[in-house]
Amino acid sequence: MENIDTDQIIPARFLKATTRDGFGKNLFRDWRYENNDEAKPKADFALNNSIYGGEILVAGKNFGCGSSREHAAWALQDYGFNAVISSFFADIFKNNALNNGVLPVTVSEPFLQKIFEQGNEATLSIDVEKQTITIDATGEQEPFELNPYKKTCLLNGYDDIDFLLSRRAAITTFEKESA
Amino acid sequence: MGKTLFDKIWDKHVVEKIPDGPSVLYIDKHFIHEVTSPQAFKGIEQRGVELFRPKQTVATADHNVPTINQHLPIRDELSRIQVEQLINNCSRHGVELYGLGHPYQGIVHVIGPELGITQPGMTIVCGDSHTSTHGAFGAIAFGIGTSEVEMVFASQCVLQTKPKTMRINIEGALQKGVVSKDIILYIIAKISASGATGFFVEYAGSTIRSLSMEARMTICNMSIEMGARGGMIAPDETTFQYVKGRAFAPKGAAWDKKLAEWQELYSDADAVFDAEINIDAAAIHPMITYGTNPGLGIAVNGHIPVLDDIYDEGEKKNIEKALQYMGLKSGASLIGMPVQHVFIGSCTNSRIEDLREIAELVKGRKKSDTVKVMIVPGSQQVAKQVHAEGLDRIFAEAGFQIRQAGCSACLGMNEDKIPAGEYCISTSNRNFEGRQGAGARTLLASPLTAAAAAITGVVTDIRELI
Repeated sequence: MENIDTDQIIPARFLKATTRDGFGKNLFRDWRYENNDEAKPKADFALNNSIYGGEILVAGKNFGCGSSREHAAWALQDYGFNAVISSFFADIFKNNALNNGVLPVTVSEPFLQKIFEQGNEATLSIDVEKQTITIDATGEQEPFELNPYKKTCLLNGYDDIDFLLSRRAAITTFEKESA
Repeated sequence: MGKTLFDKIWDKHVVEKIPDGPSVLYIDKHFIHEVTSPQAFKGIEQRGVELFRPKQTVATADHNVPTINQHLPIRDELSRIQVEQLINNCSRHGVELYGLGHPYQGIVHVIGPELGITQPGMTIVCGDSHTSTHGAFGAIAFGIGTSEVEMVFASQCVLQTKPKTMRINIEGALQKGVVSKDIILYIIAKISASGATGFFVEYAGSTIRSLSMEARMTICNMSIEMGARGGMIAPDETTFQYVKGRAFAPKGAAWDKKLAEWQELYSDADAVFDAEINIDAAAIHPMITYGTNPGLGIAVNGHIPVLDDIYDEGEKKNIEKALQYMGLKSGASLIGMPVQHVFIGSCTNSRIEDLREIAELVKGRKKSDTVKVMIVPGSQQVAKQVHAEGLDRIFAEAGFQIRQAGCSACLGMNEDKIPAGEYCISTSNRNFEGRQGAGARTLLASPLTAAAAAITGVVTDIRELI
């Protein structure tokens, strides 16, 4: 499915929380349940099908478009996804995902189609160090882009805010010089 | 080689460039609201650090507030807690808050410009994707996530990778009945909901120059709906006149100094953009969307695409799914189709000019009995002006309900929701599934086209009423 917007990932009515926790149960809420009723899961939705499982979400192009709500990344992470694969990500979502340790992996459209062709039980391996994604059954592999700075952060658990805090003196100098 | 407007502002705000990484970009103004800030305040408190530059952040309550009885406690408990947290967080950290009851309260992207906080040449961020609105003043303005809100709290900077630049030139005179909302809906329909992803867009050309500031804001506002990180327009005399004299605009000698700086903010003649698109204004008709992303739009007198004529299988599937959700048919015309709701509001179209334009159309007319019409002014200031000009009487006589300022039915976070299965012509910016309420069906259009439907009860070509 293409153009999955953040209103689908986490509808606005669930944005009233003041913490980052617990969004997973409302991930794709209106695609998951009939009339918002947890007793009535929609059978045709992937998250309701026990064949599917794991930590990687595969989606059509332009994933995460729309609202800047970081709650979308929190919901994916809280549900248990550590990576999302698509041929194209919306910019703000991509940053939000990376800032929460959810890896957005951009693959070519043909590679994405190959993944979909693998069907229900396909498994995929993502090597962050080598920046490659592999379809386990066929061994087909594609490299993906990852900003070296972000890669270092992800692999070492570094934090942008710690980095920026360490730059406060330089920022103060900048302010004086540009005033 | 010359510089683009974007480059001129960007380069002035880079504190440092991380090797093989993003830039540390200095932020002049930071707007916050109740929904995307609580976790950032919490984060900064857990780290035990103070806000670095609290005076450069301005807060308002808009997304989650009721649009009636704002003087009473908020009934919904979660909404009330969120708004109370904003009040507490702002007072604890020394952030100016224009909350409920304050004369400056309103939708964040309406109040920034109207108070003169938004100015040319600035970098502006907010935890809201429609921050692109402020780009209409020749600013770099874009939406950020909550982690980035925390970055601004911590350092008055965000880490950003420089986007590519795109220029969209629009030349010529607009047809009668065509307004800036139609221009942007036309552009998005042309290049798709992801057509500008990775880019920062500059809108240029004689058509843009002829528009008022509020009309320009509508265009920049929806830049994100084609995936662009932001949109901007070079400031000109129209911009300067709009900013001058506003509450937070520079005054006296400071004004003269700023004005001289602002007059240098344009893309040099030999500046090169990564992409360029040319549009003939005369080709634009009043627009309406039929699908579930803002790129699925047509001329109001046109037809929904015929599914069998679409070669791209992915696109065909998208449109098929959208039509199913919307209860619409391949190849159909929307003219004459009944709608049950008209929503006039949101950061896209809730400013005084929008409401004047509508008042002029509905004066002496009445809404159709089969339609509920809700007008939600963008801010307390807009509401005050509506009253001062007597527009409220025109709306009351027409049967339009006027509410209090907030985001309201644009995103269906408060109780202003559209019931499942019903159609709403909306002046807002998104027609995603369930955006205005679970199962709600949104048709995006200009304030004029929305008001026309309010009068007739059906989708109408505004050109038949003027």
